[in-house]
Amino acid sequence: MSVSTAVFYLIALITVVSAGMVAFSRNIIYSAFSLLGTFMGVAGLYVFLGADFVAAVQLLIYVGGILVLILFAVMLTHRITDVQITNRASGRIPALIVVGVFIYLLIEAITETPWVKAKEVVYAATTAKIGDLFLYTYLLPFELASLVLLAALIGAVVLSRKEIKE
Amino acid sequence: MSPNELSSYLIIGAILFSLGLFTVLTRRNAISVLMGVELILNSANVNYVAFSHFGSGNADGQIYAIFVIMLAAAEAAVGLAIVLAIFQLFHTIDVEAAETLRE
Repeated sequence: MSVSTAVFYLIALITVVSAGMVAFSRNIIYSAFSLLGTFMGVAGLYVFLGADFVAAVQLLIYVGGILVLILFAVMLTHRITDVQITNRASGRIPALIVVGVFIYLLIEAITETPWVKAKEVVYAATTAKIGDLFLYTYLLPFELASLVLLAALIGAVVLSRKEIKE
Repeated sequence: MSPNELSSYLIIGAILFSLGLFTVLTRRNAISVLMGVELILNSANVNYVAFSHFGSGNADGQIYAIFVIMLAAAEAAVGLAIVLAIFQLFHTIDVEAAETLRE
């Protein structure tokens, strides 16, 4: 087993185990911090897939942005002085059955399907290609994305400000 | 399972999706539900990038992954703002306790 294969297994293990912690942990702080492992592991998978730019974006936006936002929300909505910050869950058995059947079907479909593969797999820097695609083929979605982000920004400000009652 | 096979990435994506679905289904805490949604979006992204790498060979799948990341950021900002507003109103973020639309 080569070094890269071992690293791949390690990254896959980190990703799946931390995702399991998010799903099963009793403490919401642990859940939020395990999300860090999942996001970093997924970024590692992107590196294995030759997607350097997406991996960097994943680290910047997910770890630097969304995770910090989630941690802030956890801290703002729970009293840290509480003895236990619980993360209640209900209906675990039916959900486990549904999800178990679902993952069985998914893995069956993945292993049975004869996937079409490219002739050769290339590992090249993708940033220039992505920039070209954004400014030619995907120009309209790119501009719409900026509009969506502006709407989300204004929406978040409007929602979270205190309402002044007359 | 090896780093040079499409199916290993798809299986990791499937496991992430299932764990995210389980989180969304069972959690009663609104922030945890949002964490489950993030897991699901990440699993979809792994699939996009994996198909882009092994299937077509061009970068279109990566573009879609970046769009998904952008939408996830917008969703997290608005979702957490709503959670904070619910917390100010009900003093809890249990999704079962907050069942009226307006005071």
